[in-house]
Amino acid sequence: MSLPIATPSSKRPAATNSCRVCAPLGSVLAFRGLRGCMPLIHGSQGCATYIRRYLISHFREPMDVASTSFDESATIFGGQSNLAAAIKNLVTQYRPEVIGVCTTCLAETIGEDTEGILREITTEDPSLPPIIHVATPSFKGCQYRGFHETVAAVLNTVAKGGKPMSHVNLLPGPVSPADLRHLREIVEAFNLPLLMLPDYSETLDGPSLATYAPIPEGGVSLAEVADAGRATATLQLGATLEPGPGAGLQRDFGVPLVKAGLPIGVRATDAVLDSLAALARGSASRSSDLDSVVPSWLSAERGRLVDAYVDGHKYVSGKRVAVVGDPDLAVAVAGFCAEIGLIPVLVASGALTHRMASSLEALGLAPGAFEVMEDADYDSIQRRVVELKPDLVLGPSKAYPMTRALGIPLVRIGFPVHDRIGAGRILHLGYRGTQRLFDEVANALLTHQQDSSEMGYAYQ
Amino acid sequence: MDLLDDRKRQVVTAGEARAVACDRPSVAGSVTQRACSFCGSRVVLYPIADALHLVHGPVGCAAYTWDIRGAQSSGPQLHRLSFNTDVREEEVIFGGEKKLARALRELVAIHQPKGAFVYATCLTGVIGDDVDAVCRMATAELGIPVIPVQSEGFKGTKKDGYSAACRALDQLIGTGSTEGIGPLSVNILGDFNIAGEIWVIKGYLERMGVEVVATMTGDGRVDTIRKAHGAKLNIVQCAGSMTSVAKLMKEKYGIPFVQVSFFGLEDCADALYQIAKHFGDAEMLRRTRSIVREETEAVLPELARIRKDLEGKKAALYVGGAFKAFSLVKALRQIGMQVTMAGTQTGGPADYEHLKELCDSDTILADDSNPLEMASWLALRDVDLFIGGVKERPVAFKLGIGFCDHNHERKIGLAGFEGCAAFAREVHATVTSPVWSLVPRRAGGRLA
Repeated sequence: MSLPIATPSSKRPAATNSCRVCAPLGSVLAFRGLRGCMPLIHGSQGCATYIRRYLISHFREPMDVASTSFDESATIFGGQSNLAAAIKNLVTQYRPEVIGVCTTCLAETIGEDTEGILREITTEDPSLPPIIHVATPSFKGCQYRGFHETVAAVLNTVAKGGKPMSHVNLLPGPVSPADLRHLREIVEAFNLPLLMLPDYSETLDGPSLATYAPIPEGGVSLAEVADAGRATATLQLGATLEPGPGAGLQRDFGVPLVKAGLPIGVRATDAVLDSLAALARGSASRSSDLDSVVPSWLSAERGRLVDAYVDGHKYVSGKRVAVVGDPDLAVAVAGFCAEIGLIPVLVASGALTHRMASSLEALGLAPGAFEVMEDADYDSIQRRVVELKPDLVLGPSKAYPMTRALGIPLVRIGFPVHDRIGAGRILHLGYRGTQRLFDEVANALLTHQQDSSEMGYAYQ
Repeated sequence: MDLLDDRKRQVVTAGEARAVACDRPSVAGSVTQRACSFCGSRVVLYPIADALHLVHGPVGCAAYTWDIRGAQSSGPQLHRLSFNTDVREEEVIFGGEKKLARALRELVAIHQPKGAFVYATCLTGVIGDDVDAVCRMATAELGIPVIPVQSEGFKGTKKDGYSAACRALDQLIGTGSTEGIGPLSVNILGDFNIAGEIWVIKGYLERMGVEVVATMTGDGRVDTIRKAHGAKLNIVQCAGSMTSVAKLMKEKYGIPFVQVSFFGLEDCADALYQIAKHFGDAEMLRRTRSIVREETEAVLPELARIRKDLEGKKAALYVGGAFKAFSLVKALRQIGMQVTMAGTQTGGPADYEHLKELCDSDTILADDSNPLEMASWLALRDVDLFIGGVKERPVAFKLGIGFCDHNHERKIGLAGFEGCAAFAREVHATVTSPVWSLVPRRAGGRLA
C-alpha cells in the first residue's frame, strides 16, 4: 500500500510531511556531547518526551532529558518555580557536572526571562553545577540551528583566553558518533591535540553496561572547553555555516578560524587533511605537499577509495541523484556525488541557510545544473522528485515514504535513520566514510537494476 | 535507589496496605515517560483514516507525530501524512488564525477529506488563536465537519489529552443516519488497529454474529463514527483513553458499554463472553463458545512449548494505561513468567488497587516512573524481560535485558487468540536469545 502523493500549491500556509524537527532537539544532541551534562528542556513535558523518543529511535541509546513540566499555572504566571524545582530534582538524581537548559516555544512566547531566573537560582545556591542556557524556540529555525546555537552558547559561556596552547578546536557539526570517532582518529594521526565540541561519540554509542549510567560516560569536559580560547586554531566543518559558532572564538580570543566543508569525497577530504597538515606544521599557510605529513594509513585509504571509484564508476556514471539532509551534509554529499559522475539534480534541506546553492557552486557544481530547496517539506520535495526523476535518493528514513511510492532506491544518511539499526555507526566522513558511501551507492543502483531485471543474474 | 521525596508515595509493593498515589502531575526534573495533552489527543484521533489531521502549531509537534505509530487502515491512508500550519515568528506576533484558515482551505481542496481535526498546541494556545472560531467558519465554508481539539500541551497530561479527543469525537457522533443498523450491533472503542489488530477482533465478532458499526478509532472513518450512536453496545478496550466517550454515549443515547481487553487468552475469551451475554442470544453464546474453544486449542500447544523455556523467568512492565498492565500480568503468567515490577503512566486509584490484587505481594508498583527508577528495579529484581514502549527500550537493552514492545509503534499484532501466540513468540525470542550470555550483567567480570 503506498501513500498518496500530495500536491499543494506553491503558496504554503501548511507544511506536509516536515523535513525538519525543532530546535531543542538539536540543542539536546549538542548537550549530549558535553561530559556529565544533563539537558533540561524548559516548557511542556511533551517536548522532552517527543525529543527523547525521536533521538532514541535513531541512536537506540538511553536518552534521559529532563523537563520543567509546564502546566497551566506556569504558563500564566511563569515557570520560575518549575525551573528551580526541576534543577533541584535533577541534581539530586543525576549529579550532573553541568546542566544544559534549552527553551521551548512556550517559554519563549510567554516572555520568560530564563537567563535572569537561572542567575537567581545559581546565586541562591552556589553549590549547583554550572548551567548553560540557550534559547531554542521551535518557531525559529530547526534542529540544525538549535545544534549550532548550543555549540555557540557553550563556547560563549565557558571558553576563556590565556596563554596559547597547542591543541586544535574541532567543531564537527551534527554528524554521527562514528563520524566523530573517525575525525578524532584523523586529527590525532597528525599529532594534533584535539578539543572536539560536541563529542557524543561515546555518550550516544556506548557499550553494554552492568549498571545504568544516569549520564552516559564520555564527552568533552567543561574544563577542556574552557581552553578553547587558547587553541592554535578552530577547524569548523560545514560549508554553509556563516559565520558559525567558531567565529566567537576568533572575535573574543583571536583564535584563527579555519572553515571547511564536511570531508565527504576525495577532494573534500583532501582539503580537510590539507588544513590539518598546515596546522600540524605550525604554519597557517596551506601546503600542497601533503604526502610528507599525511599519515600513511590515510594515504592508503585514499588509494583504495580512488581504486574503488574506478571499479564502480560505470555503475554510477550519468545517474541522477537527489540528496536530502542537513544543509552541510546535503551539500557535501552532493559534492561527492558530482565527483564520482552522479548528477545531483536536487539538493534539499528542511533548514534555511540561503547558502546551499553558493556552497554547491563553490564545490564546482555548475550553476543551473541542479535545483536547491531550502526550508522544504517532503511534500514539495516529492513534487520536484516526480519531475526530476532521479535514479537514487540519498537521505534520512523520512524520505522512505517518497522513495517507496516512486520506486526509487534510498541510501540512508544523516538523521533520522530510524527504520534501520546502526544509525550511530553510519560513517559518512573521511576516505573511509566515503568508501562506505560509495559502495553503498553503487550497490543500491546495482540492486535496483538486478531486482528489475527479468532474467535475474548473479554476477556483475 | 533513593526516590525523589515528591515521588515516594507513587511507589509501593503490592502487598503493602498503602495505596499508590496517582492522578497527579509529573514532578519537574523527574524524567517522566509521559508526554503532554497534545500527545494524548493525537494518539486517540489520528487513526481516523479519511480525516485531515492538522496540527496548528510549530513544526516539532507535527514532525514528531508523523506516522510514528502502526495504526493501519483498510482504505484511505490520509492519516499517515503529517499536516502542520508550521507557525513561525510572524504568526507568534500577529496571530495564526489566518494561516490556519488558509491551510484548511488548501488542504481540504487537495485531499478531499471527510472531516478535519485541528489540534491546538502550546504555542497557538498562548498566542490566543481562536481555533474554535476558525473551525466553525471552515465547517460552514468547506461543507465537512472541522473539529477543534483542545490539546494545548500545557493543559495537562496525556490523560487530559484523551478527554479532549473524546470531546472532539462527541462532536461527530450522532450526526449521521442510523438506518439499517441491526439489534446485535456494537462499536469498538479504544482499539487503534495497531498491526491490524482490530481486524482480528472484528473477525471474532462477525463469527459470533455481531455487527460492528464504528471502530474508534483504529481503521476509523468519519462517516461510521457519525452513525455510531446507532449501535446497541459499546465495547471499550483501552479504558483509559475511551471510557469517557462510552460514558457520554450512555448519557446521551442510552447505549450501555462493557470494558474488555483482547490481550491474553483469558481476557480475550472473557471479552467475547461478556459481549455474547450482553445480547442474551443463546445461539450467539453457543457460537462464542465454539470460537473460544477452536481458537484456544489452536494456540495452546505452542504456548505450552514456549512455557517450558520461560517457566520461572521474571518480567517487569511499564505501560501507558492500566488495562494493558492487567492483561499483561495474566498473559505473562500463562507462559510461566512472574511480574516483579509493574508501572503505568496514567493509572487511576481503582486501577492500582486492582493491580495490587492481581500481582504477587512483592511486586513493585509505580505510577509515572522514570528511567533511573526503572533501571534500578530491573537490576534489583534481576528480570529477564521488560515490556514497554520505545522510550523504555534502551533502559532494558543498555542493561542487557530482553525487551518486548507493547506500545503503538510495534509492527506485530498482539491482540486476540492468535496475538497471544505472537506475543509468546516475541517474548520467547528475546528472553531465550544467546546474546545475553555475552552482556556484562551475565558474563561476569570480563570487560565488555
